[in-house]
Amino acid sequence: MSATSHTIVNLPDQRTATIPKRNYLNNEDGLLSWLFTGDHKRIAILYLISITFFFFIGGAFAGLIRLELLTPQPDLVASDTYNKFFSMHGIVMIFLFLVPSVPATLGNFLIPIMIGAKDLAFPKVNLLSWYLYWIGGLFTMAALVLGGVDTGWTFTTPLSTHYLNTHVVTAATGVFIIGFSSIFTGLNFIVTLHRMRAPGMTWFRLPLFCWSNYAASILMVLGTPVLAITLVLVALERLVGIGVFDPTKGGDPLLFQHLFWFYSHPAVYIMILPGMGVISEVISTFSRKRVFGYTAVAFSSVAIALFGFFVWAHHMFIMGVSNYSALVFSLLTMLVAVPSAIKIFNWAFTLQKGSITFETPMLYAFGFLGLFTIGGMTGVFLGALGMDIHLTETYFIVAHFHFVMVGGMLMAFLAGIHFWWPKMTGRMYPESLSKLAAVTTFIGFNLTFLPQFILGYLGMPRRYHAYPPEFQVLNVLSTAGATVLGVGYMLPLLYLGWSLKYGAIAGNNPWQATGLEWQIQSPPLTENFIETPVVDHEAYDYEWLEHKTAQEVTTVG
Amino acid sequence: MHISPVLWQFLVKWLNASALFPREASTIAPYADALYFFLLLITVVGLALVGALIFGFSIRYRKEKHPVAVQVEGSTLLEATWTIIPLALFLIVFVWGALLYFRIYNPPTNAMNIYVVGKQWMWKAEHPGGQHEINALHVPTGVPVQLTMISQDVFHSFSIPDFRVKREVIPGRYSTVWFQATTPGTYHIFCTQYCGTNHSAMIGEVTVLTPDDYAKWTQESTSGMSLAQNGERLFASMGCNACHSGSAAARGPNLAGVYGSKLQLTNGSQVLVNDAYLRDAILNPSQHITAGYAPIMPTYQGQISEDGLIDLVEYIKAMQNNYRVQQTLTTSTSNQAAPTTPGMVKP
Repeated sequence: MSATSHTIVNLPDQRTATIPKRNYLNNEDGLLSWLFTGDHKRIAILYLISITFFFFIGGAFAGLIRLELLTPQPDLVASDTYNKFFSMHGIVMIFLFLVPSVPATLGNFLIPIMIGAKDLAFPKVNLLSWYLYWIGGLFTMAALVLGGVDTGWTFTTPLSTHYLNTHVVTAATGVFIIGFSSIFTGLNFIVTLHRMRAPGMTWFRLPLFCWSNYAASILMVLGTPVLAITLVLVALERLVGIGVFDPTKGGDPLLFQHLFWFYSHPAVYIMILPGMGVISEVISTFSRKRVFGYTAVAFSSVAIALFGFFVWAHHMFIMGVSNYSALVFSLLTMLVAVPSAIKIFNWAFTLQKGSITFETPMLYAFGFLGLFTIGGMTGVFLGALGMDIHLTETYFIVAHFHFVMVGGMLMAFLAGIHFWWPKMTGRMYPESLSKLAAVTTFIGFNLTFLPQFILGYLGMPRRYHAYPPEFQVLNVLSTAGATVLGVGYMLPLLYLGWSLKYGAIAGNNPWQATGLEWQIQSPPLTENFIETPVVDHEAYDYEWLEHKTAQEVTTVG
Repeated sequence: MHISPVLWQFLVKWLNASALFPREASTIAPYADALYFFLLLITVVGLALVGALIFGFSIRYRKEKHPVAVQVEGSTLLEATWTIIPLALFLIVFVWGALLYFRIYNPPTNAMNIYVVGKQWMWKAEHPGGQHEINALHVPTGVPVQLTMISQDVFHSFSIPDFRVKREVIPGRYSTVWFQATTPGTYHIFCTQYCGTNHSAMIGEVTVLTPDDYAKWTQESTSGMSLAQNGERLFASMGCNACHSGSAAARGPNLAGVYGSKLQLTNGSQVLVNDAYLRDAILNPSQHITAGYAPIMPTYQGQISEDGLIDLVEYIKAMQNNYRVQQTLTTSTSNQAAPTTPGMVKP
């Protein structure tokens, strides 16, 4: 790829360039050297392979769901099977893909390097978290293979405790264990960011990616234990009937909703915040500009994390919570929407007076901005009390959280994977093919989920195996979109795999980005830095980079 | 290119039969839709603004046109702008949404009450006049209708999209929703809370009739026994009348006229006697001891169905004096044994 005027890609001369002789990938050989590694970069790769595996399992279920919904009649599979499809889709996608996606892969790989450290604070705990992830994953797979689970990902009582004969406890155990994996990741990030920053790397010199992962880590550490307790209570209620949630024993079924959403609403921010961090890095790099209003973006992450803990009851507006608590939670929900709006405008204004190029990560980031704006605004629909009554539990909700989670988080994840792929592997992905994938994903996504907003306002309930015939046209559109979307997700799997062997050699800093991770070799050494870096500039300081590059040229020349 | 006329006809019919916007069939629907359009408007404007910024800046400051970026720190003024304007808009939405919520969930006092019991996987509607329906609901236009709903097993949710109302139906707890239908016709009832295998089959139809047609329907579909009459039978057969006889020496409190009153309990609290209280007091009597009475009432948990509880509640609601209770007592103390049914199988 040549360095024409419309790209910033700057690759070394391909005739002479080689992958560095010593790097974290070939430092040690053999499967065991991977399975017992303490290296945060290798663990990130292990995670990347694992979550990709689970993403395609969850995606297969999504495909089956959309296939069934092609016709109004329940004709492809039995109702119980359909219920298992959407339950497994939810459980796998949320707990095994979305929650660990950016933090456990990109975060693991990048946070130590971004702050100039050798590794995370607790490398062995980091490895343990990957093993816990897999043990939890195996329990979930066991529940699937043994016959599935049909609670939905929400494990709602008393359905899950008294009325289902499927593998609820097995799946709940899986989720319980995965929870600890995410607690350990969060704990590791918090300690690392507090204790292991390189000299001169003050809090306000951190890349925004670190800030958003820090905010997400706080949520993981404080929220996940509540989920764990709730699942234990569900298991106890199911196995020995302790009567915490069962109204005939004096329990309160609404208590489960409170406990579950106390984790599961912040979990939404666990999923989206790290993605927002990726977007900050990508937009800054491809517009050659400092992120507009760095402190506002940093603090808005923390604000989202804080407010995120106090909005859980907005999942229960129609469940007979008192009108006054509904008022409070609706107001707080409106407040939590503001920091997201702040971020969107700051990213948009980062472009202003920049020098913008449109490589694949930037295209995914633009996709994120558009889709996340829709996802966020439709969240305001649902936060408005009276509107929520009509919209909740319909396809409007489904469309809303897919816009945030898939349109937002998955777009950000793919932006990040493409952006740091050269750093992780030392090789470039094929640019034009990946642009095609980005555009395909965007089109497919909108075609899949925009009709679902209309379906939701029409009142089509979620988790329906069959539906009235007048909803068919929109469902057909949605299924068609899902097909396109599927192609959009298969493409990166293929060409990224291809690039491992045939991609162009990337060199240290193909994007001419400012982060510390771009100042070292690609792929990095196991110890990341030869000597501890001393940071004397702020994040996104392109003048510093220019100065540094100019000096390098003089020394070499 | 030729398209088969049969296929063409099919496609045209198919597209014409497809829905894009729900009907407005209740008094609340226009209010909900107004807020919906306002929200759509700010979404479209917001999206257009973000789109314009991204595309505008992308065109104006792309590398070919603007090779060197100008570093900008940020701007407090701009930050304040895009904090305050969205905040103001969201607060308007909050107030509007809250007003709508209170409108939907606070029934007018003159609303006509219908009970709805949800169970896996059907809706049972019970009219006070003794009309029972399954997966169907008949209501008149122009009259506010309140549904008092309870689930027999798991969470369900009662939704009529064309009325823009919905409420969770909860095990062990009454929840209410109200509407006033405006247009005769039939409309979907959906269960919107996932409730197990046949969740998507837990659907029904609400039939809105003109007041005349409704009166006719009521006449023709009554089972002959009102809910309160059913309740009176239960009250006697479960032996409630033995203690709640209303006489001065009775072991249980007098229930005539108790509905709607404020009751002093032994634990010192004061409660308003409503449907939920009566139901709770039957199922968990030890939690609700009226001041001055001993905690001797046994629990009826598991011995009486939700439908039976509704009958009892309706009966107690309508009970003005104890004359009939004492009448039934005199009969039941007669020394005549109840006649046995030939061939009866003992449970």
